Amino acid sequence: MIGTIVRRLLSMLPVMGVVAVCVFLLLHLAPGDPAAIIAGENVSPENIARIRAQLGLDQPVWRQFLVWVGSLLTGDLGQSMFWGDSVTSLIGQRAEPTISLAFTTVMVAVFLAIGLGVLAAACAGTLVDRLVMGFAVMGFSVPVFVVGYLLIFVFAINLKWLPVQGYTPISEGVAPWLRNLVLPSIALGMAYVALIARITRTTMLDVLAEDYMRTAKAKGVAMRPMLFRHALKNAAVPIATVVGNGVALLIGGVVITETVFNIPGVGRLVVDAIARRDYPIIQGVIMVFSGVYVLVNLLVDLSYTFLDPRIRD
Amino acid sequence: MRAGAEPILSVEDLHTHFFTQDGVTRAVDGVSFTVAAGETLGIVGESGCGKSVTALSIMRLLPPGLGRSVGGSVRFGGRDLLTLDEAEMRRIRGDRIAMVFQEPMTSLNPVLTVGEQIAEAVMIHQGKSRHDAWARAEEMLTLVRIPDAARRVGDYPHQFSGGMRQRVMIAMALSCHPQLLIADEPTTALDVTIQAQILKLMLELKGRIGAAILMITHDLGVVAETCQRVIVMYAGRKVEEASVLDLFDRPLHPYTRGLMASIPRRRPGAPRTRRLQEIPGMVPSLREPLSGCPFAPRCPLATARCTAEAPPLEQHGAGHVVACWEAGRIGVS
Repeated sequence: MIGTIVRRLLSMLPVMGVVAVCVFLLLHLAPGDPAAIIAGENVSPENIARIRAQLGLDQPVWRQFLVWVGSLLTGDLGQSMFWGDSVTSLIGQRAEPTISLAFTTVMVAVFLAIGLGVLAAACAGTLVDRLVMGFAVMGFSVPVFVVGYLLIFVFAINLKWLPVQGYTPISEGVAPWLRNLVLPSIALGMAYVALIARITRTTMLDVLAEDYMRTAKAKGVAMRPMLFRHALKNAAVPIATVVGNGVALLIGGVVITETVFNIPGVGRLVVDAIARRDYPIIQGVIMVFSGVYVLVNLLVDLSYTFLDPRIRD
Repeated sequence: MRAGAEPILSVEDLHTHFFTQDGVTRAVDGVSFTVAAGETLGIVGESGCGKSVTALSIMRLLPPGLGRSVGGSVRFGGRDLLTLDEAEMRRIRGDRIAMVFQEPMTSLNPVLTVGEQIAEAVMIHQGKSRHDAWARAEEMLTLVRIPDAARRVGDYPHQFSGGMRQRVMIAMALSCHPQLLIADEPTTALDVTIQAQILKLMLELKGRIGAAILMITHDLGVVAETCQRVIVMYAGRKVEEASVLDLFDRPLHPYTRGLMASIPRRRPGAPRTRRLQEIPGMVPSLREPLSGCPFAPRCPLATARCTAEAPPLEQHGAGHVVACWEAGRIGVS
């Protein structure tokens, strides 16, 4: 088991290497000059050239890449071109809101989605099934920012139940922390719920048609244990896979959600950095997000062993 | 039925239909029979004759929305199972009537240990604690002769061979001492050597528990080895019923005779090169209404009357009924 984990962790390295190359090339081949942005308007070309030299942007691209990767390997994500602070500490300062948002979203979304998917499968072909699946199609098709502004309009502005925007750290109390997270979590989780609910329904329908479900029924097992004890356990592996893959959806959504709800998290950090062409921040955040994604999917892979005894042996 | 024995199960004019986009299939079309306490009744017939659907109708395990029993009654323990609500039916399933299925490889849940699966029935029906039910599961595994039961009770189905899994299925089915065990082709998927072992085990445990068995099979050999009485089904109907000895001695329905002729065996004195006989033609579609005898198109003895008018079940000797206009002629020949 430990051998497997170590092997899988090592296999992350080439993946992260490819990510590093892609991110770097994408940014450096895209138009826009950070030096010009930092210098501001009405500056002489000499000044810009000086700033470029300071930032190392006058070096050939391959050398810039090697310098960046070299420090990456020592755990250093570099310095922000705009703030001068280290990227690691900037991400660290902004981590709490993003982790909070991701945590509440995943927790609520996974339980809600599995519940809805099981319900739809149990009521396959009925109105309940069609309503749930209709919601799923909608949840997947409507963009995060539309859902976000709609939620703000209804629940914050009209009903005044919840705050419009912003973030309260958990250190100031769990209740205010949660109040600020409700709407963004719903907006962010919508597509994720839709995705997981759909795969849950499909997999459950397959499992419910299996011979062993008939055996369970012939034994006198009631509906609820049939669904959750006998069927859902068999559907767990595909569902876990989608829960893991769907994290990509959340990462994309976090950036938009934090902007819509004015949450000072890592997503906002990277949006601001993109506007300023602050390469080290953009690269650093993307490396962290990719690392999280790969790590989550590694955990999902390892979870198969616990979910299905046939994979264990 | 043995003289004086009160039937525990009495199926009366059962009609089970399947409703599909292409129309209604009359899978079971007016079947009646009884099972006495402790006896073994065989239902034999080829694929699609309605024997498995009969079993599933009794247990009310038909695929929901697709198959439904539309007529007749299934009386068990003084009640008509077809009219019970789902909760009452659940109390009977696995407790008073248990079932063993054909496919041991797919009939056990792959993510639950065999112990959990056996103990579950015991907990549901006998209200035993997890611990007691587990002990009972172990006891049942010993009873079906799984070696090293104490250790294997915690194993998953994929760690057992096909024959062993069928033993687990039997252990599960008998764990609550049912009055009736429905075995739907219990040995069809097994190796020939294992088949005999499983049949022997079922008969032995049946005697010990005092259960009756409804043995659904396409294999007349299984019938001969296990059953006291046998029903022959064709195209959703019962065409012949007799004691096993009587049926093998004096098969009266041309279909039964065809089935027996298609068993490979060497009769004493028969030439070695005798070709195996087959029944020509195909089973009729159960979607179109059948006029006359369903077997008439394939029957070597069919007359004009056979295609026009369905023969009723008639008594031909003690406990021997057959639905054939020409049965009298066959009996004499």
